Amino acid sequence: MNKIIKYVLHDIFRNRILLAYVILLLLSSLGLFMMNEDVTKGLSSLLTVLLIVIPLVSILFTTIYFFNSYEFIELLVAQPLKRSTILLGVYTGVGISLLTAFLLGIGLPVVIFDGTVTGWYFILSGSLLTLIFVSLAFLASVITRDKTRGIGISMMLWFYFTLVYDGILLMVMFAFSDYPLEKVTIFLSCLNPVDLARILVLLKMDISALMGYTGAVFNQFFGSLFGISLAVSVMLLWIAIPILIALRIFKTKNL
Amino acid sequence: MIQISKLQKHYGRIHALRGIDLNFSPDQVTALVGPNASGKTTLIKCLLGMVIPDGGTILFDGKTIAGDVGYKNRIGYMPQIGRYPDNMNMGYLFGMMKDLGKGRVNGQFDEDLIEAFSLNAMFGKSMRSLSGGTRQKVSAALAFLFKPEVVILDEPTAGLDPMASEILKQKIQKEKEAGKLILITSHIMSEVEEIADSIAYIVEGEAKFYKKITEIKSETGEERLGKALFHLLR
Repeated sequence: MNKIIKYVLHDIFRNRILLAYVILLLLSSLGLFMMNEDVTKGLSSLLTVLLIVIPLVSILFTTIYFFNSYEFIELLVAQPLKRSTILLGVYTGVGISLLTAFLLGIGLPVVIFDGTVTGWYFILSGSLLTLIFVSLAFLASVITRDKTRGIGISMMLWFYFTLVYDGILLMVMFAFSDYPLEKVTIFLSCLNPVDLARILVLLKMDISALMGYTGAVFNQFFGSLFGISLAVSVMLLWIAIPILIALRIFKTKNL
Repeated sequence: MIQISKLQKHYGRIHALRGIDLNFSPDQVTALVGPNASGKTTLIKCLLGMVIPDGGTILFDGKTIAGDVGYKNRIGYMPQIGRYPDNMNMGYLFGMMKDLGKGRVNGQFDEDLIEAFSLNAMFGKSMRSLSGGTRQKVSAALAFLFKPEVVILDEPTAGLDPMASEILKQKIQKEKEAGKLILITSHIMSEVEEIADSIAYIVEGEAKFYKKITEIKSETGEERLGKALFHLLR
């Protein structure tokens, strides 16, 4: 597997798109930190980038990369290598590359400008989000043979998690606003990794007071060590489950 | 060495393999012959574990290949259309394959074909820029690289220039004499006649017959294999 990771990394690091991604992230993080005098403000603006751009680039880059290296994967399958080794090798390679890009483009500036616990939570959420969307991209890629369809599924997943889900959540909360929904909301948030990432960061920023009663409940729950570890574990599940399903599908896929 | 029994494969509604039974033993060249879309490539891909059959078994040296990859150490494969990562150059590709296949051969790699096709001179070229024929040469060279006991060649000479295809045929001959099991598919009967000992005729996912070429000829009384097959199948 290490050899596969090595060749994937060699391939991706020569890719100009990854470099462009690092530069984009660097520009936005440096720009936001320099424009805002208050670091927390900079961080909360950067949160938008974290919650929208990172999932988008992670899922798209991975899907396109997967289909572009289809030949490579085919070549490997004819060799005495286990399919799970091949897929996990490619996953790890892509994951390491995108994680490195994130840490260089956003992690480093955050540590330099902020350096507080909030900053570390920010980096943790971004790293987990990157790996989650790489994982989802693999799932989207193995269920179809067609590149266009694969990219389409990826885009739909991204759209769903960043926009549609929150819309549905708002509608549910609005429709049942007469009932105590706080606990339900906590549960529903777990069904969306982007929400979990947002909660992890926002609660550390001490602006949860702005979120009213729900915010208070959230703060109580996700502010505790138990809540944080639960959020992180659920996000880890969001990494593991899609790639495990992808692995199962890939094992019997016709190449 | 390879025993295939009752092999089944569906692609959605298409029934690609309908219970194939075949046995291949070393020391000879077998040609899989049959109309287009009769299931030859699917059969080969099942042998290589690239396509997972729905039913039946494939035994390699008496052991089932399902869920196993170790047996592939002993197989060399040349695909019908060799597709390689675009942005790799040829030298890097060979380097990578040797690196991935470390431990598959005792001693030297078999680089006969790399030399015979003078691929060395093109090592700096990217795979994207290669012509179809050159890619075929790369595929052929890779198939023999690890000195495998079984060599599977899917339409090996399609797209090769006359010189190259002669080189490849000689290589096949040489390996056969060294006791290897060689499996080819081809539509060119004169070529099959030249390099193969037996024919497995596959139609619509079934193995219609598996015979020695000499047998086919004497049964039909025809001199040319193409004609003999035509007689036999009519």
